[in-house]
Amino acid sequence: MSTPTVETHSAALDAAEAGSVQLISVTFRIRRFNPEEHPDPVWVDYQLEMDPKERVLDALNKIKWEQDGTLTYRRSCAHGICGSDAMRINGRNRLACKTLIKDVNPEKPITIEAIKGLAVLKDLIVDMDPFFQAYKDVMPFLITSGNEPTRERLQSQADRERFDDTTKCILCAACTSSCPVFWNDGQYFGPAAIVNAHRFIFDSRDEGAEQRLEVLNDREGVWRCRTTFNCSEACPRGIEVTKAIQEVKRALVTRRF
Amino acid sequence: MSAETKDLVVPSLQAHTGQGLGTGNPADAFVVEPARARTKKTPRRTRTNFEMLAWLFMRLSGVVLVVLVLGHLLINLMLDGGVSKISFAFVAGRWASPFWQIWDLLMLWLAMLHGSNGMRTVINDYAEKDATRLWLKGLLAVATVFTVVLGTLVIFTFDPNI
Repeated sequence: MSTPTVETHSAALDAAEAGSVQLISVTFRIRRFNPEEHPDPVWVDYQLEMDPKERVLDALNKIKWEQDGTLTYRRSCAHGICGSDAMRINGRNRLACKTLIKDVNPEKPITIEAIKGLAVLKDLIVDMDPFFQAYKDVMPFLITSGNEPTRERLQSQADRERFDDTTKCILCAACTSSCPVFWNDGQYFGPAAIVNAHRFIFDSRDEGAEQRLEVLNDREGVWRCRTTFNCSEACPRGIEVTKAIQEVKRALVTRRF
Repeated sequence: MSAETKDLVVPSLQAHTGQGLGTGNPADAFVVEPARARTKKTPRRTRTNFEMLAWLFMRLSGVVLVVLVLGHLLINLMLDGGVSKISFAFVAGRWASPFWQIWDLLMLWLAMLHGSNGMRTVINDYAEKDATRLWLKGLLAVATVFTVVLGTLVIFTFDPNI
């Protein structure tokens, strides 16, 4: 049983929505690669009618669901937490689920390609094994000695603050795959692994800092960083990645952490 | 990766099938692996402080070199008649003093090692194959040792009466 008030309300809502949503025509130029069909990657253009306030991930979904089901990419939570959908959008590493179309100049074709420095398996999907190997190699877990305490391990607010920035990492690989040193030398640990080492090195509850610093002191460790700041710029979580790397360097030189 | 593949744009709504482009045989499929990808076994641990010392050396020698090189340029090119005054006699006169001998020796060693370490870094960053790295670094080491030894020899055995 509809009352007049409800009708007018929904009509007003409809009008407001119709007024606010202005679809524009956007071209997405996606670098596609299918090794089973052709050894070379190909740029493919897709034309879409999109609300510029929608995200790039919405556009990818629209392409996959409505135009071309063979388009392949990773995405899980779609809200900037799982770190699955890092990709190179208009030449910069971003999360597709955190990038609004209006922010990447929809007047020109928006280019989307896989992140660099890792083997592309298909379309936007890369082989993340080397990335996670570097992550494992810095031992990203609490190392302690002695008996397990019967209650939680307490820590002062200041001690927690010390490594707060690097706890934000979601392992999306946007930083590591924006690093020019990593592009040429996949043996380099890369910013993400160093950030996650930093998270434990400066944790007052952890006792494995020496071991981690030893690992990062080696040939492919922090000394290969050229402070180009690509990583800090790429991080979708706003972590000051280069600063974290510099802090690890300083800890190695002064042996204070 | 992108440098060696030719990028073509397909301006259509067509699915990227690549039909007719490849051989059609799935066995020919390949994935471009990045050079030197990290695995469980690589890189080997070396457990030395060499990289840290090299990094520190670059910072410290850089600071010292600013003083040495700017002083050198000032004396040779600006003060006292500028570049026109430089002659065999001028060099002989300066190297008569141990102060300038040590100044030039320090400048030679620091500049050569600073530059060579910088080149080593560039080679590490850009050479992808291990063999290329080895050859380039070998060549660099030979050039460095040659220049440093020759320069040191000249400074110490310099005879103003030849």
